[in-house]
Amino acid sequence: MTAQDVLSQLNQLPAPLPDKETALALYCTMRRIRSFEDRVQQYFQAGRIPGTVHQYQGQEAVAAGVCGRLLPSDYITSTHRPHGHAIAKGIPLAEMAAELFGSPLGCCGGHGGSMHMGSIKCGMPPASAIVAGGVPIAAGMGLSCKMLKPGTVVACFFGDGAFNNGAFHEGANLCAIWGLPVILVCENNFYAASTHVTLANKIPRLAERACAYGMPAETLDGNDVFAVYEGAGRAVGRARAGDGPTFLECLTYRRCGHSRRDQNQYRDKQEEQLWLARDPLDLVRRRLLQEAVATEQELAAIDQAAAEEVQAALDYGEQAPQPEGEEALRHVFWEAAG
Amino acid sequence: MTIAKALRLAIAEEMRRDPTVICIGEDIGIPGGWGGAFTVTWGLEREFGLERIRNTPVSESGLIGAAIGAALTGLRPIADFQYADFMFCAADQLINQAPKICFMSGGRLKVPLVVRAPVGASTRGAQHAQCPEAWIVHTPGWKVAVPATPYDAKGLLKAAVRDDNPVFIFEHKLLYGSSGARKEDHAVQVDEPVPEEDFVVPFGCAAIRRPGRDATVVATHLMLYRALQAAQELAAEGIEIEVIDPRTLVPFDYDTVCESLSRTGRLMVVEEDTRRGGWGADVIAEIAEKHRDLLKAPPTRVATYDAPIAASPVLERFAVPDAARIGAAAKAMLHA
Repeated sequence: MTAQDVLSQLNQLPAPLPDKETALALYCTMRRIRSFEDRVQQYFQAGRIPGTVHQYQGQEAVAAGVCGRLLPSDYITSTHRPHGHAIAKGIPLAEMAAELFGSPLGCCGGHGGSMHMGSIKCGMPPASAIVAGGVPIAAGMGLSCKMLKPGTVVACFFGDGAFNNGAFHEGANLCAIWGLPVILVCENNFYAASTHVTLANKIPRLAERACAYGMPAETLDGNDVFAVYEGAGRAVGRARAGDGPTFLECLTYRRCGHSRRDQNQYRDKQEEQLWLARDPLDLVRRRLLQEAVATEQELAAIDQAAAEEVQAALDYGEQAPQPEGEEALRHVFWEAAG
Repeated sequence: MTIAKALRLAIAEEMRRDPTVICIGEDIGIPGGWGGAFTVTWGLEREFGLERIRNTPVSESGLIGAAIGAALTGLRPIADFQYADFMFCAADQLINQAPKICFMSGGRLKVPLVVRAPVGASTRGAQHAQCPEAWIVHTPGWKVAVPATPYDAKGLLKAAVRDDNPVFIFEHKLLYGSSGARKEDHAVQVDEPVPEEDFVVPFGCAAIRRPGRDATVVATHLMLYRALQAAQELAAEGIEIEVIDPRTLVPFDYDTVCESLSRTGRLMVVEEDTRRGGWGADVIAEIAEKHRDLLKAPPTRVATYDAPIAASPVLERFAVPDAARIGAAAKAMLHA
């Protein structure tokens, strides 16, 4: 089954629009992610940012739509591709940029870097860069929520690559048998690094497997932020009400390579054309304008503000102090407050 | 009191003291069940309920991951492996996740997690026999305790629960004192009175279990008792071995070992793990590097031979050090 076949099976009715404030907030989150990632890509390619980056361009609607349903007190877990989730959950861009540059002013003090972006102040532990490793951890966070903070929920982001790892299975099953307030958000971007989802799965829709865990599931158009927002609303509602986990399969696509210098030469051209023509930023923009939710000027103002915020953040990060070498040995163990 | 009961008492006391302490593991919290593979959590569900004595499917990665996630967000889980051998099913969570999250967060997030795991050869064959302490000792971010007495079992576990870091507690199958249907063949009786009141055994404080002037022997768990037996036998020949129980491997109490060496000048380490790359090698390397002046003779290691543990009791007995092998090695060192 091709990507087109799967998409054509989705509900073709447009997702309902939320109120204007929410709609613009979702657009703003997506734009901030896109601006950040595009600029980080430029810095990275110019050799100004060390290490590696796994970027989120093309998947913005998923992070924005899901996190749009979360409160600051809710939690998320993320992956080696965490920038979008971190932004959508509210980590300040300047702290993220400083982290990319390895500064002590970064959100992980320079100990985390791109793949372990996180800030527990914003409900996001350091992202796990071991594929599927975050799923059992999300289950445990859900257990804390259920036992200590009823009404609080966990959104667990992972890719289609995690879907066939045992840790996913073990974590998803615990969420189900314990009725945990966890939303399992599978960002099916069709590729686990370079391996196509159809090479790794016999079932055409990953969401089909959720019934094997006894949990409700939906397949969503992950490039339509309003569809994600709508589906996430149902899932978060169930979790908050104590009705247990939900599996959300969000169909989406990387506009970038898997990681730093990947050229995507393994991708089917037709599939690429189909998905690159469905840029989530274009889709939301068109919808907001067509339905007169926002004007060109309003959206341009958001775009402009995002670009300025991103540039200021990267300037801050690049100029932030670098650590002393001895800092490498700190935080192996917890240092008591004081 | 047995070690199993001392551990159970420690868990119960900590769960009463702190409502965020929970137990999570396989075959725990089953009314009418065993209380884990070695009875440690037996009956705790009657007082604390099935929410806090939380049974899991056979999902080692899932249960340790869940314990980590719970520890990140306000609970203080005590996770339970039935056998230490099973921890390798959870290797990602134990090596890549738990001990690195505080670090990766830049010290902004703590992981108050306790993992308990039974070690030791007990005629069950190669996959229920290992002493994998070295894997965890090698991984920065873990503290590692190896209680060998009921007093230490209670005090170290209570200290572990109150620690804000991941702590691994390795327990020995033949020292638990499990009884009834869960009784172990060839178990060593280590019962002793344990105070009913609240106390902790601080990490990094070794105990001298037998004083001696001729050599220093560092040994844990079952090997501690075999070293003590060897020391007793050597005493009949006028050889006095000092036997040190480190109680925790991370942090390791080098001060006590060095103080002992300043009197004996001879060091032997006995471990039940296979010899190559063990924690004993690391202790010897550390002393050789930093305290060579304390050594009158080359140090010695006694460990299980570098092979998996066979099921045959005869073969197991051959592979794992006994008092005779420890005693012979001590005498050889004294004559070196």
